[in-house]
Amino acid sequence: MSTLTAPARPAPRLRTPRHHSVARPRRSPLLTVLTAVVLVYSLVPLAWLLINATKTQEDLFSSFGLWFGDSFSLWDNIVTTLTYDDGVFVRWFGNTVLYVVVGAGGATFLAILGGYALAKFDFPGKRGVFALVIGAVAVPGTALAVPTFLMFSQLGLTNTPWAVIIPSLISPFGLYLMWTFAAEAIPGELLEAARIDGAGEFRTFFRVSLPLLAPGIVTVLLFTMVATWNNYFLPLIMLRDSSWYPLTLGLNAWNAQAATAGGEAIFNLVITGALLTILPLVAAFLLLQRYWQSGLAAGSVKE
Amino acid sequence: MFVGPFMLVFALVFLAPIAYSLYLSVFRTQMVGGTTFVGLENYAQAFADPQFWEGLGRVSLFLLVQVPIMLGIALLVALAIDSGRLYGKSFFRISIFMPYAVPAVVAALMWGFMYGTRFGLVGNINDAFGVSLPNPLSPDLVLASIGNIVTWEFVGYNMLIFYSALRVVPHSLYEAAEIDGAGQWRVISAIKLPAIRGALVIATIFSIIGSFQLFNEPSILQSLAPNAITTSYTPNLYAYSLSFSGQQYNYSATVAIIMGLITMVIAYVVQLRGMRKEA
Repeated sequence: MSTLTAPARPAPRLRTPRHHSVARPRRSPLLTVLTAVVLVYSLVPLAWLLINATKTQEDLFSSFGLWFGDSFSLWDNIVTTLTYDDGVFVRWFGNTVLYVVVGAGGATFLAILGGYALAKFDFPGKRGVFALVIGAVAVPGTALAVPTFLMFSQLGLTNTPWAVIIPSLISPFGLYLMWTFAAEAIPGELLEAARIDGAGEFRTFFRVSLPLLAPGIVTVLLFTMVATWNNYFLPLIMLRDSSWYPLTLGLNAWNAQAATAGGEAIFNLVITGALLTILPLVAAFLLLQRYWQSGLAAGSVKE
Repeated sequence: MFVGPFMLVFALVFLAPIAYSLYLSVFRTQMVGGTTFVGLENYAQAFADPQFWEGLGRVSLFLLVQVPIMLGIALLVALAIDSGRLYGKSFFRISIFMPYAVPAVVAALMWGFMYGTRFGLVGNINDAFGVSLPNPLSPDLVLASIGNIVTWEFVGYNMLIFYSALRVVPHSLYEAAEIDGAGQWRVISAIKLPAIRGALVIATIFSIIGSFQLFNEPSILQSLAPNAITTSYTPNLYAYSLSFSGQQYNYSATVAIIMGLITMVIAYVVQLRGMRKEA
């Protein structure tokens, strides 16, 4: 058995030796500059966020948006953000992590099981399952949100973490990606060999298939993480109690505070909080680049 | 055995709510008389509702303008990166993709601040050059401003879908084309674009669904531009306001179902058209 458990390793990047002029052309400064316009467009708002997170509220109003103000108060802002209102930001952060770990983790797990089964087993109703799931992608969020809310409120689930977690557990896109990936990455003969060796289906799945699926799993995990981390609509309707808010709802509440009568304007905290909210995801994407890029490339083979 | 858990949760969070909203949409709850079966009356009401049509018109306009611009830019960037003619292409790829990791809430807040005339960039430019740019959050321009936010968020994501599809085009095709004396543009139009048709269709369908579901960005900008964004600005926002401010659950479910049907029909037509050419 031990020979079958290959270590998880990302699929090697396709590096076909390229032909001279079509496949390995001269580099073009003009094209680089044109593409750089899009690059600047993508990065300027992030730079704006980073720069303005270093400003006090007075500086926000008095200094130029794309350059630093008189004071450098990034550290103060971070401390105030984390401690404001008895550290409610930390609480929201914890909630978001909870929703992401359970919701995105669960969604990935279900997508792996389902995708693997769709790719590697024949069972009655397989085509029906596929048609149903693809159809589900087209159903708008609100068509589901209102009835889901009413259903959950009758079950007594609204205003609890479950109301956010349970709907996050399904990712049709994740299932589709896992399915195409499993069809490519797991040779049927390997499963046969494992079965002949007397391994049960679950053992085969955990010892043989899971390691081979690693790049696909990272990809699906990243995309479900983004979806859960960035979720706004679902918690907005499900949660009333601000102590269960995820970061996205919390930030919006802070922003809206300035508009309410008697509310204290805390734009510097909104901006610093926004920066702290996106950092973990940006870091995850940068660190796991190799995995999700090979996972995506494999997923698109089938299209 | 393996599909079981997925289908179970799927039934709970997809099928049951759909069935329930169909059920809701044929009833009406009134102060006097309680809940009564009204058949298709709610649907008739929606089709005669100017607020619904206004919102639908707005997202359709958004769809027709924003989606082609966004997908066009994404495709050009994907082709540029794939052509191998760029300096530092992996830096381009990851940087342009990065906004996708930014939550819609943060993106809308951030752009909302930048649009602002108080401490935003628009205000800065006005002060610095003594000009007065039109306010991006005014009723006339706010749709374009929302379009810009959505474009910013999803250009990189779509670019990556196209780029991944381009990566798996067999290189023998390029070599054959070169032997035939085909130039870059010919290679793009005759090999690359047909090869990624599947990805183009999928990205278009996802963008159409996204446009019709437009909610987060207008809902968040609402606090910054209360006069420009009404509670029925998009059909999704309308359905939300109907149920959570107006308690009109039955009518809200009806609006949501109509939008769902329209979305599915359009997505289906796009898919049929896209796939037919492929055959």
